[in-house]
Amino acid sequence: MKLTGAQILIKMIKEQGVDTIFGYPGGAVIDIYDELENHNDLRHILVRHEQAAVHMADAYARAKGGVGVALVTSGPGATNTITGIASAYMDSIPVVIFTGQVPTALIGNDAFQEVDIVGITRPCTKHNYLVKDIKKLAKIINDAFYIATSGRPGPVLVDLPKDIMAATIEFEDPGKAKLRSYKPTYDPNKKQLAKVVKLIKKAKKPVIFAGGGVVLSKASPELTQLARTTQMPVTASLMGLGAFPGSDPLWMGMPGMHGTYRANMAVTNCDLMISAGVRFDDRVTGRTDKFAAGATIVQIDIDPTSIHKNVEATCPIVGDCKISLALLNELLAKEDPEEINGSTMNRQEWIDQIAQWKATSPQRFTQGPDVIKPQFVIDTLHELAGPNAIITTEVGQNQMWTAQYYHFDHPNHFITSGGLGVMGFGLPAAIGAKAACPDQTVVCVAGDGSIQMNSQELMTAIAADLPVKIVILNNRYLGMVRQWQELFYDKRYASTNMEMTPDFVKLAQAYGATGLKTDKPEDVASILKEGLNLPGTVIMEFLVEREELVYPMVPAGGAINEMLLV
Amino acid sequence: MKIEKHLLSILVDNEPGVLSRIAGLFSGRGYNIESLSVAQTAENQKLSRVTMVTNGDEHIIEQIKKQLHKLINVITVSDLTEKKYVQRELILIKVHARPELRAEILRIVDIFRCRVVDVGPDHYTIEMSGDEGKLEAFIDLLKPMGIIETARTGSIALGREKKKL
Ligand SMILES: Cc1ncc(C[n+]2csc(CCOP(=O)(O)OP(=O)(O)O)c2C)c(N)n1
Repeated sequence: MKLTGAQILIKMIKEQGVDTIFGYPGGAVIDIYDELENHNDLRHILVRHEQAAVHMADAYARAKGGVGVALVTSGPGATNTITGIASAYMDSIPVVIFTGQVPTALIGNDAFQEVDIVGITRPCTKHNYLVKDIKKLAKIINDAFYIATSGRPGPVLVDLPKDIMAATIEFEDPGKAKLRSYKPTYDPNKKQLAKVVKLIKKAKKPVIFAGGGVVLSKASPELTQLARTTQMPVTASLMGLGAFPGSDPLWMGMPGMHGTYRANMAVTNCDLMISAGVRFDDRVTGRTDKFAAGATIVQIDIDPTSIHKNVEATCPIVGDCKISLALLNELLAKEDPEEINGSTMNRQEWIDQIAQWKATSPQRFTQGPDVIKPQFVIDTLHELAGPNAIITTEVGQNQMWTAQYYHFDHPNHFITSGGLGVMGFGLPAAIGAKAACPDQTVVCVAGDGSIQMNSQELMTAIAADLPVKIVILNNRYLGMVRQWQELFYDKRYASTNMEMTPDFVKLAQAYGATGLKTDKPEDVASILKEGLNLPGTVIMEFLVEREELVYPMVPAGGAINEMLLV
Repeated sequence: MKIEKHLLSILVDNEPGVLSRIAGLFSGRGYNIESLSVAQTAENQKLSRVTMVTNGDEHIIEQIKKQLHKLINVITVSDLTEKKYVQRELILIKVHARPELRAEILRIVDIFRCRVVDVGPDHYTIEMSGDEGKLEAFIDLLKPMGIIETARTGSIALGREKKKL
């Protein structure tokens, strides 16, 4: 069968089970777009900015638990994707980005719209390719998807010169992807797991710490089983929220800079930490020498570089979270339940201690009659939209309040730019998630600053009929930066005052969406209800307390038990 | 922690861009490369061997090895420092060779078992190989004669055991 490069590309994408791609055309990819016209079963979502295409592919991958695909042209199309790629890289999200490139004969000549995108993205992709020979095209695409989705996932970029897309070749199926130099370790060392069983039996003050790796490997059921059979309290990083039900009594909330008092105290005082799929980011650990200093740390991670990087693990286990936790559960099932569930070690004392920390300093806010508290909006949203809605966030205070007050019960329901912290992520992410899960309610929680970074994507939501709900917590500040200025820079609000914000209601209307707005606490619930119930895309703007702070807060570089509390 | 020198032997795909991935990893993460030498291997055209001298404390060296291994095009990373190995560097040295010093230079060349590979009216170019210590000693002896210029490879090395790395 003779196929063009463009035909091979689309054939290979479809074989991955991808039904939607996010993209933006241009001269270098015109052959691919022309071919796309022949494929009704591969939906192309036309974005309004290429950065958004990658964020959408990222969120699509997360919401679906699969892989996301973005397609853009050469030069500026390619450079516009960098922020999206870097965010997916930091969060280990499987995304494959196809960029157009000038014809092979022109590469290196500073041709029109030529950039060395493979060179530019080398440090922020898991791997990347420039296809110089059509014979290698099918194999490269196959390998790209395999690399993106296996091991510790991540973005892979494939640069496609125009002449290769137009050329024709006899298609040969590359078969199953196999790389001699890339073999991720899925199966954990069994001896190490046996050690963990012993550690659990001896522990008086254990905690489980789950991260994005648990979500990525779909290990929530195994993690939940582990926690419940051992009665070990659970905390999870921002990327791990939802990996363990937020409504479970063993749940302690997130640790770290804006973690709960009890999670930070428990992590500081524990004698055993079983971590899975976490990389001990500085926002979690604070001062590393004080982090879980008296604990034996078990670290399960598929990426060996995550181990001993920031925190010394006493018992490292390289392997897939799902497989490792399942095996651990099997081993535990063979033991005396009394020894496993903590009865013999009198672990109730520890559970009581944590409950007491919770009582001393609960996560709280007080909603008065006059000004809307942003936390109140999230709290009410949680009540109304419930555990099955997918929530994306922008970055800043809005993101932290969502993490704190929306008690996620399911994995892949909280989609946020964790590692890179990209303002402008939330709206495109909501659209990408909606494309993956059209029957679910998708809400983007935004700040008035962040939403302006990719608000053009409102047009994409309308045009592609992917209705999303946008909740803007409008404090007319770049709130999170202002918070630092208030606490650590003598309240000098350098360039964070955003008194001039657009009329978001009119902005919504300009795109054909609905805009709702209030500054009254008593209207919060009715506006949210109305917005969530309307069929289309809705902006719900809440004018909130301008100088509200995210608490608790651990000052950067401090120990996590030294929190500023409300 | 103590900063130590490590000699790494890295087998990689012989493909464009691979060296740049390695160099980028080192610059991006703030690791040091003291010397580097790369060439296609004779036993397999599809592979290149990178021999690298790097330094760092134990913790950094562990990360360097793991991060290198994580690169898709890297097949094996072995730390020769922990093994028995043979190591060589090659240097070409152009020195002033005034008539009254020629005999002395040739004597040194003889003692170090190296060779004069080019002779000019008043200079010699000498080829010398050995481990780092030997090269340094040789350079020190030639310095008083007046070194004009030098070109030096990085270390290359192989493990002493028969099996491949
Ligand atoms: C693209 C980008 N630029 C700058 C920042 C730095 N930054 C982090 S939070 C923040 C303020 C966000 O303000 P807003 O969106 O209004 O949210 P709020 O914190 O008020 O909820 C800024 C500027 C960032 N994270 N991303």
